[in-house]
Amino acid sequence: MFLTFITFLPLAGALFLVFMPKESVAAIKQTALAVAVADFLLSLLLWTNFDNTTHKMQFELNVPWIEAWGINYHIGLDGISLLLYVMTTFLTMICVLASWDINKHMREYMIAMLTLSTGMLGVFISLDLFMFYVFWEFQLVPMYLIVGVWGGPRRIYASIKFFLFTAVGSLLMLVAILWIYFYIQETTGVATADILYITEHLDAPLGTQKWLWMAFFLAFAIKVPMFPFHTWLPDAHVEAPTAGSVILAGVLLKMGTYGFLRFNLPFFPQASYEFVPMVAWLAIIGIIYGALVAMVQEDLKKLVAYSSVSHLGFVMLGIFALNPYGIQGALIQNINHGISTGALFLLVGVVYDRRHTRLISEFGGLAKIMPKYTICFMIAALSSIGLPGMNGFVGEFLVLLGIFQVNGLWAACATSGVILAACYILWMFQRVMFLELKNPKNADLKDMNTREMLTVVPLLILIFWIGLYPKPFMDTFDASVTHLVSKVSPDNFRPKKEHHDNDHNDKHNDKQNEKHGEHARLITPTEMASLNHRLQMPALTKE
Amino acid sequence: MEPILAPESIDLIALAPVIVLSVFAMMVLIVDLFGGRNKTLLVFISLVGLLMTAISAFAKNPIPAYSFNDSYIVDHLSLFFICIFTISSALAILLSVEYNEREGIRAGEYYALILFCTVGMILLASSTDMIMIFLGIEIVSICLYVLAGIRRGNLASNEAALKYFLLGAFATGFLLYGMTLVYGSTGSTNLFEIADFVKNPEAQSNPLLLMGLVLLIIGFGFKVASVPFHMWAPDVYQGAPTPVTAFMAVGPKAAAFAAFFRVFAEAFPEMAPSWEVLLSSIAVLSMFFGNLGAIMQTNIKRMLAFSSISHAGYILMAVIAKNSLGASSLLFYMLAYAFTTFGIFGIVILLGRKGEENLEIENYSGLAYKHPIIALSMTVFLLSLAGLPPFAGFIAKFYIFSAAVQEGLITLVIIAVLNSAISFYYYLKVVVFMYMKEPEAEFRISLTPLTLFVVFVGVIATVSLGIFPGSIIALASH
Repeated sequence: MFLTFITFLPLAGALFLVFMPKESVAAIKQTALAVAVADFLLSLLLWTNFDNTTHKMQFELNVPWIEAWGINYHIGLDGISLLLYVMTTFLTMICVLASWDINKHMREYMIAMLTLSTGMLGVFISLDLFMFYVFWEFQLVPMYLIVGVWGGPRRIYASIKFFLFTAVGSLLMLVAILWIYFYIQETTGVATADILYITEHLDAPLGTQKWLWMAFFLAFAIKVPMFPFHTWLPDAHVEAPTAGSVILAGVLLKMGTYGFLRFNLPFFPQASYEFVPMVAWLAIIGIIYGALVAMVQEDLKKLVAYSSVSHLGFVMLGIFALNPYGIQGALIQNINHGISTGALFLLVGVVYDRRHTRLISEFGGLAKIMPKYTICFMIAALSSIGLPGMNGFVGEFLVLLGIFQVNGLWAACATSGVILAACYILWMFQRVMFLELKNPKNADLKDMNTREMLTVVPLLILIFWIGLYPKPFMDTFDASVTHLVSKVSPDNFRPKKEHHDNDHNDKHNDKQNEKHGEHARLITPTEMASLNHRLQMPALTKE
Repeated sequence: MEPILAPESIDLIALAPVIVLSVFAMMVLIVDLFGGRNKTLLVFISLVGLLMTAISAFAKNPIPAYSFNDSYIVDHLSLFFICIFTISSALAILLSVEYNEREGIRAGEYYALILFCTVGMILLASSTDMIMIFLGIEIVSICLYVLAGIRRGNLASNEAALKYFLLGAFATGFLLYGMTLVYGSTGSTNLFEIADFVKNPEAQSNPLLLMGLVLLIIGFGFKVASVPFHMWAPDVYQGAPTPVTAFMAVGPKAAAFAAFFRVFAEAFPEMAPSWEVLLSSIAVLSMFFGNLGAIMQTNIKRMLAFSSISHAGYILMAVIAKNSLGASSLLFYMLAYAFTTFGIFGIVILLGRKGEENLEIENYSGLAYKHPIIALSMTVFLLSLAGLPPFAGFIAKFYIFSAAVQEGLITLVIIAVLNSAISFYYYLKVVVFMYMKEPEAEFRISLTPLTLFVVFVGVIATVSLGIFPGSIIALASH
């Protein structure tokens, strides 16, 4: 019940706002902020009560919703969703604060923002496919309105593009969901859309798995977005208001990567394994392409938007390394990207509010007049590059470590993305902050005020916290990742011949022969031991 | 005196809703003679009549029950449809009261026509005999021809009525010809007997029977406005008085689909391979033409006409699926569609004024900031039509799609979902105007209570059917 309460609290707040007179702007803002803060603090309680040692769902609630179809209101959190959930409430709070100076329709804006929050939280807690789909589509509408009503000059084009791209992907996923529903009904006799039950019992032949995998892949790849489905992202980011961009980068994109971890991998482990090369190459293209395009952008926000494409490539690469390092790295990088890109968008918003332009060429020499701003920007930028000691490094390092175990070439290509990131971020930083203060319009820019500092500083603290001591974050998903990897590890599907090359194979020759012909098998004790051994040692995570 | 006994095959209790409603409709006609210019009494009688009809429909127990030599049936499908019909007719009457006053439509027979039309719809949904189906279709159509042209002074209304009449009569010809061919080759007009007859594989390949089926599809295709027999819909929708448009889009269409479903899923399921392809292509064409056509429209009534063509395409999938899930999804879809459609047309009426109906989508610019609640209701209806959760339209589409997936019609479902994506564009276009553009002129909305009530009912039903559909689904899936 507690989880339900936290999830629907923002929606209740939005309903309350409906009845407030629209003239009392200050009261509306304060109410919205109070709801968002309360929601964040309550969600922290979830974290403190979370049991790190198990991969099982926690705070579960399972009540019938549409009994005739066997569809339940089934919610819960595990290690994979917990941090994303908390980050959603956190960023909602930051975004309400960052939207203090919205100049039109404040009440409607806050209603949309709080409704959006409930929609996003619902996606992360849904343990029923039907319910997941409902939330997944539902959150599109408020986001569409936020971009379309409060956005920049091309807001209508950008918002419709955002909506249509996402909708097309998710509709095909709907067909796949229906197919799974009937398949499960046929094979097990239970009419259910329960995600846990399906994870346990779905055993489709490889050919079918591939089709279903692709349907889910399309929905999530558009959301992430992966190259070549990314074209909606720069438009949406550039046109969205600052808070919209933060939510978009911080949470909406994460719904895509979350989808891969929750559905594609556990539902279709074998198909996932088959598609690893395709995803890896798309991710690598995304990393390099995103970085190269970011480098030539003249608009600050577009630059950050393309850097998102590049960073999300790392996350995808980590997920499809299909080993503990990779997935852990992907999960932490998910959070990192939300924090550092969120901070960058907020900071770009700060100068945009003052100058109403985001063109890099309009700026230069800001360091002299806006020292606080420059320091904040520098920290966020360096975190985005992945400087050791900051959060980006932890994530990227783990991802690269994970992918290196799979394929050295992929790791090498991906690493070039890190170098390119340094190029475009530092070059941009140099052009905006250093050089001479040439443009007279910038001469009397004010430095960040207290409210703006208040929105950015918590993010900067997190940057250092995760960078220096990621253990509390990593611990939350350790058990879940181990469990997930045991299910999807490529070792389960490699043809038996490869096992003969393994050094520990001699001892298990007999066992291997027994298992001959089986497609999916459980992890062997030796592998488990070596897995555990590897898990013991992530130097970064466990000090 | 000896009581007059009806022949045994005639069960008048089963027929109760038809009788009750006819009596009330005639009562409306008679009272109108003496009522003068005030039509309030007529409205009241009509509403009471519809309520009594809905109640009397449940008089027959146990079901299924048959009457008139098995040509009339009372079963779950027909009961549910009778509920949909009475609800939609009641909403149509409520919408009409203020509209008629505003536009100066003073004809008292207006309400009687709606009631008679409803009688025809009930017959259509309850008939298991071709003759009865034809009877139902004729009653419905003739009432609608008159209703479409009820604004005698209005050119568009006249055009709508004439077009509808000519094309409708043409379609009826096809239908009748199809029925005769089917009768000629199977020897019966009764759906059950036909079903028995076509179990014989040799009978299935009879060219006359196949020809009859094709003609039946054409006839029904006209009545439900599916492509390529949809040409009349946009003009008629645009020209007819708005409450009549809403009524046409829901009630008669639902009735036609009920008969469509009965004929193809109950009489000819054995011959599915022969008609499945034809119906599937009609469904696909309807979706594509409906949606692409709607994108081009600037008039909201025309846009809704095209959108209803595309919805006919989705609903046809339930007929093609022809399983029990198909039947119940058809019921749910029509119910959800009824509430949403009446709500949306209610708003269209609210935005108009005498002589100036404000039917261009541009007229909705900036509505959200002048009348936020109305704009929000409109958004709910549009999103429901688009099939977005958590509204009734989503559950309805989900239902129909699942019926089709269960039958293995994956390709059809994929085409349907892609069409849904196309439809987002034009539904959102209205949202764009309402929320993202500045108002062009002053809105002078007259917030009339009855119309507002219909909109309110529409919103409540659309949202609650979307979030808590459980009990209705349980009812529908009997």
